[in-house]
Amino acid sequence: MSRAALLVLADGRFPAGGHAHSGGAEAAVKAGRITGASSLEEFCRGRLHTAGLVSASLAAAAVLGVNPMELDAAADARTPSPALRVAARKLGRQLMRAARATWPSVELDALAREFPKGAHQPVVLGVTARVAGLDAVDAAHCAAYESVSGPASATVRLLSLDPFDATAVLARLAPELDRVADQAVEAAGRVVDHGVDALPSASAPLLEIGAELHAAWPVRLFAS
Amino acid sequence: MSGGVQATARILARDDGRGGTSLPVLEGDGPLALRRTRGRGAEARVMLVGAMSGPLGGDHFTVEAAVEEGARLHVGSAAATIALPGQAKGEARYDVRLTVADGGELRWLPEQLISANGSELYVSTHVDVGAYGRLVLREEQVLGRVAEEPGRLSSRLVLRVGGRTVLDQELACGPGAPGGWDGPAVLAGHRAVGQLVVVRPEFAADPAASRVLGDGAVVMPLAGPAALVSAVAPDALRLRKLLDDALTSLG
Repeated sequence: MSRAALLVLADGRFPAGGHAHSGGAEAAVKAGRITGASSLEEFCRGRLHTAGLVSASLAAAAVLGVNPMELDAAADARTPSPALRVAARKLGRQLMRAARATWPSVELDALAREFPKGAHQPVVLGVTARVAGLDAVDAAHCAAYESVSGPASATVRLLSLDPFDATAVLARLAPELDRVADQAVEAAGRVVDHGVDALPSASAPLLEIGAELHAAWPVRLFAS
Repeated sequence: MSGGVQATARILARDDGRGGTSLPVLEGDGPLALRRTRGRGAEARVMLVGAMSGPLGGDHFTVEAAVEEGARLHVGSAAATIALPGQAKGEARYDVRLTVADGGELRWLPEQLISANGSELYVSTHVDVGAYGRLVLREEQVLGRVAEEPGRLSSRLVLRVGGRTVLDQELACGPGAPGGWDGPAVLAGHRAVGQLVVVRPEFAADPAASRVLGDGAVVMPLAGPAALVSAVAPDALRLRKLLDDALTSLG
């Protein structure tokens, strides 16, 4: 594997459009559930162990060569909110553009042809990691990290939270992030043997409900 | 060795050919007793009667219901199910396995599941509905009795329609659950959480519309001929009201 390729893919400046999404933080701030660094940390922790674990497992399974069509359908079943399904496909399409330009490959071309409107972002992330020569655990780390870095940087803008405090939240979550990435790789291994039903399906009711409330707002700072 | 109670209850609903539904299988087992009650129209109605409280630690309960083509079944329960810590160490399991054939209809509307302090329960509900079957299913989890910390509860719901998985979600909460379960992304102090699943063949061409039913409840069309109402509330009563209103709004 190439460690530098992992840095390129995980870099917040990788042009995949993630900055336009708050990962549910905007809805939680509006509802008064995120008010500062400590509630941001609990938000991120909850998101990491639910949506983050599912995304990391999807990405890791894609690296291991599990059929992306099946992974995408499994992602749909684990995303009851239509607003979040739309956001995940939009992010998947944007990542696909950047990935094809960065790591041209027949595998990415084929996935883009299958999903002209975009596949779920973690599936695209996994296939991208695969063609970049990365391992399942790398893709899992990327997905798990994105599940918390998005809300953290969005909260800096939404609450004028001190960026140092937001980064400290991410650093405190690092050991749990490593554990979630390991769990995701184990789950991906089970998917290879037993099919996509072996993927985790950890859910967060308020992320789903909040996403639907957020999508109904006439004006918002973030797309999701 | 768990030392708990193993019990399986079974229901089979069949079109009786005279505009009604017969129940060729209606088998309770140990603490899971079944009673046929007065139905409405073509629908057979069954009440799940907990002959004792439970499940307790170490218990493993299974309820299986199958609805055949043209049959209509309504299943309710006489009281809430309370997960309690038991004499036997370890977790309790409660498995629900439901199948609805094309042209069949199942209304699965049990009372709440209450996760009492110190209990540890793993619930898994698997529902297989034919592409032309109909389903209304309600699940409500209440975290703790009044003013009590909840036990450890994990509840997974998997729905297949026409052989495709359209919903797979698991909620884990209580002591020992992965971090953040009571934080702002997951439950944020709400003590009642519920799901209402509606499967209708008509949704294939004309899906349910996304709808916000207040701060704690939304209707969401799934990626298949089904809709999910997801709701959180401070308590069981307010949760039930949200889910009842949601079902009414779906027509």
